[in-house]
Amino acid sequence: MEIVLVGLNHRTAPLDVRERVSFTLEQARRAADELRSRGLLEESLVLSTCNRSELYGVPPETSHECAPGLSSFLSEFHSVRPDVLNGLLYQHYDRSAVRHLFRVSAGLDSQLLGEAEILGQVREAYRFAHEQGATGPVLNRLFQGALETGKRVRSETELGTRPMSVAAAGVKLAERVFGKLADRTALVLGAGTISEQVVSTLRDRGVAHLFVMNRSRDRAEVLAQQFGGSVLDWGNWENALLTPDVVVCSISAEEPILPRKVLEQAMAARSNRALFLMDLGVPRNVEPAAADLYNLYIYNIDDLTEIVEQNRHARESEVPRAEAIVDEHVGKFLSWQASVELVGLVDALRSRIREERAAFIRARLDGMTLLHPGERERMETLMDELLEKLLVEPAERLRGEKELRRKIQNVEALRDLFLAKKDKL
Amino acid sequence: MPRLFLLLTLLTYALSLASYLRFLYAGKALAGRLGTVFLGLGLVAHYFALLERSRGLHTVPYHDLYGSLSLFGWLLALTYLGLEFYHRQRSVGAFVLPFILLFFLSAHLAGAGSDRLPPTQAHGVVFAFHVTLSILAYAAFALSCVLSAIFLLENRLLRNRHLGDVVWRLPALDLLERMSQSSVLIGLISIAIGTVLGFIWVDRLTGQYWYYDPKYAVTLLVLLLYAVYFQLSRTSNWRGARASRLNIFNFIVVILSFTVVNLYLSHSHRYF
Repeated sequence: MEIVLVGLNHRTAPLDVRERVSFTLEQARRAADELRSRGLLEESLVLSTCNRSELYGVPPETSHECAPGLSSFLSEFHSVRPDVLNGLLYQHYDRSAVRHLFRVSAGLDSQLLGEAEILGQVREAYRFAHEQGATGPVLNRLFQGALETGKRVRSETELGTRPMSVAAAGVKLAERVFGKLADRTALVLGAGTISEQVVSTLRDRGVAHLFVMNRSRDRAEVLAQQFGGSVLDWGNWENALLTPDVVVCSISAEEPILPRKVLEQAMAARSNRALFLMDLGVPRNVEPAAADLYNLYIYNIDDLTEIVEQNRHARESEVPRAEAIVDEHVGKFLSWQASVELVGLVDALRSRIREERAAFIRARLDGMTLLHPGERERMETLMDELLEKLLVEPAERLRGEKELRRKIQNVEALRDLFLAKKDKL
Repeated sequence: MPRLFLLLTLLTYALSLASYLRFLYAGKALAGRLGTVFLGLGLVAHYFALLERSRGLHTVPYHDLYGSLSLFGWLLALTYLGLEFYHRQRSVGAFVLPFILLFFLSAHLAGAGSDRLPPTQAHGVVFAFHVTLSILAYAAFALSCVLSAIFLLENRLLRNRHLGDVVWRLPALDLLERMSQSSVLIGLISIAIGTVLGFIWVDRLTGQYWYYDPKYAVTLLVLLLYAVYFQLSRTSNWRGARASRLNIFNFIVVILSFTVVNLYLSHSHRYF
């Protein structure tokens, strides 16, 4: 029983290669089926995200030669010349394959350290392969372990808690002021790429009402339509600033769009109800002098970038804790695997000894004609009892004692020692 | 036996504080839940510690400074736990528990005073409720003061854009404000009922409804100030830092009422 992994990711392969070998759901299903029908793998699973394409499997024989087969399968399946993938693919077996998957699911292998999506993607890939019947006892256990690892890393470390983009940091800060944004209103000034990112984050966080304002109304309407907001006329600040709790501006303009005077009037009109201003424009859209107005929270692009930078450090400092959790789960999985293998080994040993005994008795006792049949039977029983006694106790201990199983690292060697090659499981 | 409950209370409160701190800094949800569980256990142990004391005194233990302080700590813990359940927010625990511990420790460990006190006229159910409700009110005011202080701290960090690690763990400003308001509301209701009961008791005792004690004026002032806070903190103009500052100012008046008024001016109010 071995686990094999062949794949590539953002570290090893450029985007254009990753695009060529990525799998759609339907392709993943077909590939998993083909891998098994061709006899390359007994259990198979395809994990494909924008940053990685990986084939996981349990090969039918314990040979180290199945990875090249999987590599050529990958290039054949996607009609990519094998030399394109040369040097871009990594291959892992057993412990290192398990570790790789667990790190992936923990977000440690992601381009954006600790990102949350990958855990969902691993879960989806597993669910899909499981429903399709492509996985078996080993991959089931492996992927359940991976999901457990991912969940624990997310709940027990801060690897994924701090926002890592300017948009996410801004929205999280707004939540520091208002709590949940579910019954809040947001106004977005500008309809460029940054605005779109912020709007999307705001929508993710459940903001109730969304207004868009832009010099060119057409673009504002596109954005509003895309995210289900309404468009306001440009320039009517008095009205526009009356209701929103969060205002995001990213307009390219020489002069501040929101000078102190406008904001002062707006705050008076709102009776100083708290207002969170995210100023993403360069040069700034909000006059810095407005920062001292009561209940106004202003964050500009530099403030937010600095927060993202701090968060990146905070995330990096969590890596050792996350790695420790990964190691713990890798150990757990390997000891499960070893226990299954060890118990299998002991069973094989018992059946082999039984055979040997039968042959032994045939060879030795057949000549002893004086032996009474009753005595002969008794000798056989005694022999059986002795052999059982020798094997039953270790078998029981292997089943019961975790620590013992952990100590026996190399099941393969034990198998070689006690069982001839032909008897291998 | 009484010592056992004291030690148990101390231990559970300390564990609760440690768990809440861990929750605040490491963000582990389990640590937060443990904080609540230990606080609940601490409340039970503390209750039995107080019960032991009341058995000795045959009334709620507020006749001496130690008992009053301990009761205050217990009611503070109770109010906080109520708020925690109502607002589903645990990150304030780490700030409140030190005060609970402080009151408990100063009451019980600095020396428990004598168990037998000279008999006073102050007995009866009405009187017991008068004192207990008043102490509950002050505990609620103290809690809301702590909440306002956290609000001001977090607001300052957010306004100056100096975010440490803690900002991400603290409750949102909006929630702190609502928690502080709920706490003041509890205080207002209890102090109103408590004061009315006090007048009824005086009436029964002396047959006259009103005899002057400076404590009355101060208590009415406190009631008024908190009513003003409660009203203003819900209007837009005052919402935020202004209301929080007013709330802290109110509590300073409460402390003055405890110290200067009780020690030098009032005849009938020794500790609360």
